[in-house]
Amino acid sequence: MGLQAIFFYIFAFVAIASAFMVISAKNPVHSVLFLILVFFNAAGLFLLTGAEFLAMILLVVYIGAVAVLFLFVVMMLDIDFAELRSGVLQYAPIGILVGLIVAAELVVVIGGSVLSPEASQAITMPIPNPAQRTNTAALGDVLYTHYVYFFQIAGMILLVAMIGAIVLTLRHRQHIKRQDISRQVARTPATAVDVVKVKSGQGL
Amino acid sequence: MDSFFSTYAWPAIVMIGQSLLLLVCLLVFIAYILLADRKIWAAVQLRRGPNVVGPFGLFQSFADLLKFVFKEPIIPAGANKGVFLLAPLVSVTLALATWAVIPFNTNWVIANINVGLLYVFAISSLEVYGIIMSGWASNSKYAFLGALRSAAQMVSYEVSIGFVIVSVLLCVGSLNLTDIVNAQHTGLGTMMGLPSSFLDWHFIPLFPMFVVFFISGLAETNRPPFDLPEAESELVAGYMVEYSSAPYMMLMLGEYAAILLICSLTSILFLGGWLPPVDFWLINWVPGIIWFILKVGLIFFGYAMVKAFVPRYRYDQLMRLGWKVFLPLSLAMVVITAFVLKLMGWA
Repeated sequence: MGLQAIFFYIFAFVAIASAFMVISAKNPVHSVLFLILVFFNAAGLFLLTGAEFLAMILLVVYIGAVAVLFLFVVMMLDIDFAELRSGVLQYAPIGILVGLIVAAELVVVIGGSVLSPEASQAITMPIPNPAQRTNTAALGDVLYTHYVYFFQIAGMILLVAMIGAIVLTLRHRQHIKRQDISRQVARTPATAVDVVKVKSGQGL
Repeated sequence: MDSFFSTYAWPAIVMIGQSLLLLVCLLVFIAYILLADRKIWAAVQLRRGPNVVGPFGLFQSFADLLKFVFKEPIIPAGANKGVFLLAPLVSVTLALATWAVIPFNTNWVIANINVGLLYVFAISSLEVYGIIMSGWASNSKYAFLGALRSAAQMVSYEVSIGFVIVSVLLCVGSLNLTDIVNAQHTGLGTMMGLPSSFLDWHFIPLFPMFVVFFISGLAETNRPPFDLPEAESELVAGYMVEYSSAPYMMLMLGEYAAILLICSLTSILFLGGWLPPVDFWLINWVPGIIWFILKVGLIFFGYAMVKAFVPRYRYDQLMRLGWKVFLPLSLAMVVITAFVLKLMGWA
């Protein structure tokens, strides 16, 4: 137990410290790099609680894909952070309100499970014993067997959103040279080359 | 005190010892893989390749190492110093960290975790950061363009690699790499009356995925013909332009460690890892690690030959191959694999 506690404090401390650096770093690229460190430590915390599948998915999805796009965009944009910071006090009340609501909800959730530990047994899908069923299989059961219709509907919504974004931004530009691979491959000497017998001294 | 020693200290010492042994073997192996790469490339072009240091140039990589270490690292004046030096470290650490879960033989693995394959996939998807950070921190146009190309390229090809991994998982039913190799004891060969042979391995039933994985692996590790992030004819050396001496060596080391990792992953997923090719007493007597190294070497030979033979892709063709050819193909194969497994009752 002692070793787990040490690792918990390391991960938690680095996560909180780098979360603070995300909002206080001068350079936006450094902010994104610290955000990646926060994700990484959150994955470590997931591992400590035994949620190995969630930890790996956090790495693959958030760090491997989402944060890459963040970094991509932030590097390309020329953001003047001093200008962005100037109105920071204006948004402080809203920020504090959101923070308070999240903190209150955390207290309710954690307090609930401390006061009545049997409440987690009353949920519709009981948590299986990790020694008998791996994380991956247990999550697969929930997502793809018990709630497969909801999963399909969520997928459909994402598909519609994706198609919508493509339709909104697609511009078919005329007069532009495009490569048609199948046409190139289908070319034969018969269709591409015209052999002409030129009489000497006359030209075409 | 005694229980502290037996529960924490001794396992920690064993694990550190195993990791150091693996690291040393891996670095020596990478040195010779690098030499093999240059020798094969030279042989295809009818050159001799490195042949001065040691017999047949066998110590060339170590001479290169000394040269890199003793040279002066130069940091460009406009570079973002911290990130500039962090990038090679990130690249080499991530590339070596993945090896913790790779099994070389039965029970020859440092961390035999449940989600081993997912761990390899996750860490290798982070390797793009070494490249993006080095490209951005160099504060140079060539390096930045190389980094942007590499980010788009690696994210694109990870998608099809993910689907290839899913189809292998469907056949095995486990994310543990040792389980994946052991599942290749039985398969097509057993049905055809040749049990525990090379016909049992996944590369025959999943042949299209094997090809997709091989080519996506080339793109994922920025190997030619997909080495656009460091295309010397357009970008000089891409994201490595501003690096010199030890940081440059670390970027190269990370790159070759990643290449070797993809080769071992191919052999684990599709070529039966350490399993011998036929069930015969003389062949079964050869230790599994020899078979593993032979298979990895065979796949790396393929990588080296591709580098020597195939001209570099144009960037839009690279993207077309990833998104319009490999993505639909691997997606269709996942569906087909699932259907076949379900209908035949094998799952």
